[in-house]
Amino acid sequence: MTQMNMAKAINLALHEAMTKDKRVIVMGEDVGQDEGVFRITEGLHAKFGDTRVIDTPLAESGIVGTAIGMALYGLKPICEIQFAGFDYYNYHQLESHAARFRNRTRGRLSVPMVMRAPYGAGIRAIEHHSESREAIYAHTPGLKVVIPSGPRNARALLHSAIQDPDPVIYYEPKAVYRLFKEEVPDAMETLPIGQAQVARKGKDITLVSYGASLRPTLEAAELLEEEDGVHAEVIDLLTISPFDAATIVESVSKTGRCVVVHEGPRTCGIGAEIIARINENAFLYLEAPVKRVTGFDCQVPYFSKERAYLPDAERVLEGCRATLSF
Amino acid sequence: MPRKPIDLPFKLEYLSVLDENAELDKKLEPKLTDDELKTLYRYMLKARRADERMLNMQRQGRIGTFPQASGHEAISMGSIFCLEKEDWLVPAYRELAGMLYRGWPLETILLYWNGFEEGAKVPDGINDLPMCVPVASQLLHAAGIGMAMNIQQEKKVVLTFFGDGSSSEGDCHEALNFAAVFNAPVVFICLNNQYAISVPIAKQMKNETVAQRAIAYGMQGIRVDGNDVLAVYTATQEAIARARKGEGPTLIECLTYRFTPHTTADDPKRYRSEDESKKWHLREPLLRFAKFLKNKGIMNDEQKIAIDAEIDAEIKAAVAKAEELAKSEELMDPLRMFDYSFADMPPFLAEQRQELADHIAKHKKHKKEAGEKKAPSPAQI
Repeated sequence: MTQMNMAKAINLALHEAMTKDKRVIVMGEDVGQDEGVFRITEGLHAKFGDTRVIDTPLAESGIVGTAIGMALYGLKPICEIQFAGFDYYNYHQLESHAARFRNRTRGRLSVPMVMRAPYGAGIRAIEHHSESREAIYAHTPGLKVVIPSGPRNARALLHSAIQDPDPVIYYEPKAVYRLFKEEVPDAMETLPIGQAQVARKGKDITLVSYGASLRPTLEAAELLEEEDGVHAEVIDLLTISPFDAATIVESVSKTGRCVVVHEGPRTCGIGAEIIARINENAFLYLEAPVKRVTGFDCQVPYFSKERAYLPDAERVLEGCRATLSF
Repeated sequence: MPRKPIDLPFKLEYLSVLDENAELDKKLEPKLTDDELKTLYRYMLKARRADERMLNMQRQGRIGTFPQASGHEAISMGSIFCLEKEDWLVPAYRELAGMLYRGWPLETILLYWNGFEEGAKVPDGINDLPMCVPVASQLLHAAGIGMAMNIQQEKKVVLTFFGDGSSSEGDCHEALNFAAVFNAPVVFICLNNQYAISVPIAKQMKNETVAQRAIAYGMQGIRVDGNDVLAVYTATQEAIARARKGEGPTLIECLTYRFTPHTTADDPKRYRSEDESKKWHLREPLLRFAKFLKNKGIMNDEQKIAIDAEIDAEIKAAVAKAEELAKSEELMDPLRMFDYSFADMPPFLAEQRQELADHIAKHKKHKKEAGEKKAPSPAQI
């Protein structure tokens, strides 16, 4: 067991995967000698060299498009897109090809690749460095979407993403990179893609969240217990697509109340899909409408106002109280 | 059915008028009045001083991360100086000198780097787009503006900027091709500072120059010394004259060096030697131009000191104004985030705005009641 932050844990997974499997290569802007703008690829270039740790030209569509070619040829590329705000340049390659080759060729060809990108607000960055648009990928058939919330699950999920036979979008909550440390086991571990975790047990209300939003959600759950004596169960989604509806349904069937928390925009967001699944599978258990505490349907404001945009513990708490008093 | 060379009607030149020792090639000296030369110097210097001031402010947490523009003053000033008021400017984000000349108040630019959308609000009466963060994407807008000028039969031009790293983006190639195919009056300025964050130009492209790509697209191209404001000016004047005559776009590659980090969040020691950086620092544009002005008898030491003092005062005033605006209730109001989503606010957005307004009001009240109980700590990396 070693204490480490999420940045270090993702870095560890990359080292382990590259050591274990020669087909794994890392590519992106500044991932080599500079070791990534967030230092996630630290030590990789020194250890594995230019052939397997590739500083690419500045072209996201080029990175993802050539990664697709490499994956079709039998490699397992991990692309780093410097900020999720720039992955629209390469969205076309993901939507038109990475997501489709298996279906298009009736299973003859596939694209086992990972696109890593730091997403989300909260670090006082400029425009295009704060978005949380995982719903776009969740809405794209053929892509899996994974978002870790802490060091241990970040490492395990990255291993699962690399081993997955299909393309995986691995969004990293950059506000959490160095926010806290936790114990990470020495032995390599994986976590099944498509499986949520109960981050906190409770019986009165279900809170569903993921990524950077999990922290304020857990804080709100604590406050709820402290101030209102309410026991909230918190579900950490971990995989956004295909997400684990069963765990949510089971919890909501028990609590009868649910609040979904994410920093991405509300309309057609992940919360909307979760509510649809609850309606389909646990409607008769509901004591109150399911509430969404989310980012708003405007652009993430420039950083002087980003804190007001992000769902914080206060907003989650208010959402819970509205649901509880319905 | 022979195999023979194809003669292409293109040539590629390199232009330098004022070298790093302030030696002037008299035959190439552009016709500029003393006042015009002083104006070039003034805005270059103001940008340099502002950049230095912003670095201090960033270190003190008074503005956010920003890309420094020191060393690139000759490029934006030498080129943007050639624009008429009704022409259009489509910048990237290292064109501080030219933007100041164009009429962007420094306080507006400071607001931009301090996390306020108001910093991207184009000042009234200026035909510019704001700075653009996703690299090379703005070049297509420039091409489109140029196409629109043709469609409207107006003899205006567009000046747009991109970096050596951006030259790898698909958007860059598409923009150059569109501009050429539609004979759009666009001048593309490539600010080649030889590094895309950590990636040197040799790893960015196999070709010797960015300028030679002009040949492939069927437009005029030239490489100039990007630290020589007179060379940048000359090449831009020629390009603009051609564009106004309906002779289409030009690609001007301005060779320079980013002796600063990419942004304040970057550490260049990780990827290049300080010797290399120092060598290029000596070639920076301001020193040689100041020397040239002195040699020409346009600016003596006393006048130089006076300009310095004026600029310092201007920057001080701009910083004060920006910080006052940043503290104002109006600009700090979080509800402003909803204001410009659409021309008319749809009901669902109005509801969300109200939701945030209620939350803030309640939170304020709650805070008052609980004394100064702190809000949950911000997530910081």
